[in-house]
Amino acid sequence: MADLSIDFAGIKSPNPFWLASAPPTNTGDQVMRAFDAGWGGAVWKTLGNPIVNVSSRFGGIDYGNTRMMGLNNIELITDRPLEVNLREIREVKRRYPSHTVIASLMVDTKEEWKEIIERAEEAGADGHELNFGCPHGMCERGMGSAVSAEPKVLMELASWAVEFATKPVIVKLSPNVGDIVEPGEAVLASGAHGISLINTIKSIMGVDLDRMVPMPRVGNASTNGGYCGPAVKPIALHLLSQLSRHPQVGRLPISGIGGISNWRDAAEFIALGSTSVQVCTAVMHYGYRIVEDMIEGLSDFLDERGMKSVNELRGRAVPQYKEWGELDLSFRVVADVDPGKCIGCQLCYVACMDGAHQCIHLPGRSEAEARAAGHTHIPKVIPDRAVIAKGGAPGARVPFVDEDECIGCNLCQLVCPVAGCITMKEIPSGKPSETWNDRAQRGDDFVPGGLRVTEAARKARGERA
Amino acid sequence: MSIHSPHLPVSPEGRLEERFEEKNPPYDDAEAIAEANRCLYCVDAPCIKACPTAIDIPTFIRKIATGNVKGAARTILSQNLLGKSCGQVCPVEVLCAGACVYNDWEREPIRIGRLQRYAVETAIAKDPALYQAKPQTGKRVALIGAGPASIAAAGWLALEGHEAVIYERKELPGGLNTLGIAPYKMKVEDSIAEISWVLSLGNIELFPGVEVVDEVSGQGQISTQELLEKYDAVFLGLGLGADSKLNVPGENGEGVVGATHLIERLKADPSLRLDGVKRAIIVGGGNTAIDIAHELSLLGIDATMVYRGPAADMSAYEHEMLHGRADGVKVATDRVPVAVVRDEKERVCGLRVARAENKRPVPGTEEELPADLIVLAVGQNRATAIARAFPGIELDGRGRVVVDAKTGRTGNPRVWSGGDCVNGGKEVVNAVAEARVAAQSIHAFLAGA
Repeated sequence: MADLSIDFAGIKSPNPFWLASAPPTNTGDQVMRAFDAGWGGAVWKTLGNPIVNVSSRFGGIDYGNTRMMGLNNIELITDRPLEVNLREIREVKRRYPSHTVIASLMVDTKEEWKEIIERAEEAGADGHELNFGCPHGMCERGMGSAVSAEPKVLMELASWAVEFATKPVIVKLSPNVGDIVEPGEAVLASGAHGISLINTIKSIMGVDLDRMVPMPRVGNASTNGGYCGPAVKPIALHLLSQLSRHPQVGRLPISGIGGISNWRDAAEFIALGSTSVQVCTAVMHYGYRIVEDMIEGLSDFLDERGMKSVNELRGRAVPQYKEWGELDLSFRVVADVDPGKCIGCQLCYVACMDGAHQCIHLPGRSEAEARAAGHTHIPKVIPDRAVIAKGGAPGARVPFVDEDECIGCNLCQLVCPVAGCITMKEIPSGKPSETWNDRAQRGDDFVPGGLRVTEAARKARGERA
Repeated sequence: MSIHSPHLPVSPEGRLEERFEEKNPPYDDAEAIAEANRCLYCVDAPCIKACPTAIDIPTFIRKIATGNVKGAARTILSQNLLGKSCGQVCPVEVLCAGACVYNDWEREPIRIGRLQRYAVETAIAKDPALYQAKPQTGKRVALIGAGPASIAAAGWLALEGHEAVIYERKELPGGLNTLGIAPYKMKVEDSIAEISWVLSLGNIELFPGVEVVDEVSGQGQISTQELLEKYDAVFLGLGLGADSKLNVPGENGEGVVGATHLIERLKADPSLRLDGVKRAIIVGGGNTAIDIAHELSLLGIDATMVYRGPAADMSAYEHEMLHGRADGVKVATDRVPVAVVRDEKERVCGLRVARAENKRPVPGTEEELPADLIVLAVGQNRATAIARAFPGIELDGRGRVVVDAKTGRTGNPRVWSGGDCVNGGKEVVNAVAEARVAAQSIHAFLAGA
């Protein structure tokens, strides 16, 4: 069995699965139950000067029958007295010495930072996570995401923390910035020991159309909240990759956060450079119990791939992230419909017809019928047999792909409800591998028919037309 | 616009049908949206092709999923004015849901019938004024019979601004929908409620208890001649007639009853009691047979279907047989009834049957099956005799009114027809589909005339 333990900037953890700073880490009782369930670590609900929260404070977005594809919140940092939180942290560390407890912190002045860091260490926290991320409530007070957006301020605050702390300092970044590399570099310059990201994204979850009030509703008003949950995972992965590819910042350990709901999500974050992963919405949805599958799934995955530890997985996908200009323009795939699996819904047909390249056709139609339906090009070869959908539904309902015209965009595969029915078949293009950068270097990085001005300018520069 | 929708009678309490629980109770909003969200929204979907009224099913389901219930109801009703009852009574297993692509994926098909009922019921409950009838044209159409075909045709004609006048022999309108549908699918009040809504769509009058005859001989009658004189067009929605008989000894008298007659009493006659009946034999293998057998079984009566051929030849739907058997219905196949057996007091005590080969009795194989009630579900007679009274109308060899399938027009240029009297006895949805064709043709005729 693969070794799931990790070392995050010197912080040891039995596995990479940490609870993110949020309601699931509100109290010592909760954190201890989570550790019993198998979680390797917990980032305590952010400590600071306790605040008063509003009601209601969560908003969910559903898609089809999927509940809470995304969640947002306008909850602030802990509303419990600091004394109580610290006492419970001490108790948790006493009972679970080998589990990771990180204190998430958010205060204003230098004196406050000094005090809270010292008290968190005194309580036994294994490290600190500076919460520079919350996009609501605290930023108006000069804290939270307001700090992530100001690299100089971020660097100054983080360097205070580094100065006061004897334990590792992790800086939690907000995605609500133009370029994540700037705060990332500020973290590096501050001397902090690690980064966690993403915090939540500014959002409004919806509008109550009866009351004409955005949600979540507080009396007769609302405000923007922080967006999280499965829907934000692609954004989190992108921002993570921006930092993990950075030659210097990428050397810092990164704790990945954002829509991680299962072992597969976790493996993807780790492959893109995370050392640990933090989970919140999935626990808020299903409870601590989900970690059992996460541990088992990741462990089996590593075993199947012959990897002995999580460390071996870390960053494996990073080198394969390229700029667009480095992609092979000659690589070609085309869609392939498996008539044995097709159920005849024809969603691929309509998606390609209206939303893509009009290269999926229905058998049994004459050329005139196909043109009347809107096809502007007719395939060279039309299957002459009526293809029958699985189960024998009568009629020619299994669409076919005009491979000569298919641009390999993937859309049909994405809309097909039957997994594995449409595959993207790699076909040789007959052209040598070539990137846009190659073409730009040679000066033939344009297709005839473009702007004359550009063409003239290139000629004037002595480039090949 | 004037509405002549009459006050329809409320069914009296104490009817046996009240004891039945609904097989598919209405969805609430959340259930409907969850089910609607399962629909793939197929293109050129097989379910549409499988629906005799060609409702754009994926579109109405998507509208439910987005919360546009009113729009969903419009999508349904524009093709099928009786969309609510069809949602309840259609054999969706062999129609729309049977064609759902999910069947090919080993998944449960979308519950199209329940979604359809939900959309129409919910939308009409919120706002019955879904449609606005066009201005009055002054044209008048008489409709004979108040079954699904006439009700639907009257609704569509009224929306076009024509006056529709329905003559119904019975006291309750609705035909099969009101008096013939198994109570666990739909009860009398459900049918009456839907009819009331259709009647409210425009200028529609209903005369219950009026018989159309060749020559008037008393009260409550109107002649075909008078209809042709008073109206610009006539629609025949005659339905089917009385239950057929077996023509075997002992058949006449107490204890032997026609299936549709019994179902009708079960639904609408509060005086009907089956207290002394322990065992019933239902003769027949069709959907009416399984319906009444199922209903009797649900009332606690030991019900056995007797059919002269093998099980594979029974015309009842497989899903109906399955549900019936699950509720206790027994089936005896390859048996031909030879005589109804009566005791010394002339009470029915059994049915004598012979083993059958190729549906013919084999001599010397007779046996007696005990029963206190014999129900005959071996077909219905035609009620089309009156059609002959209209000059130009022809009946085919099986007593069905002959029409042009594209228009529903009979040999008489001012008379149209549709439903069971034309198709020989099909689903409610077929009657509605035929009524739509006829109503469109009548409207075209009236607009041009």
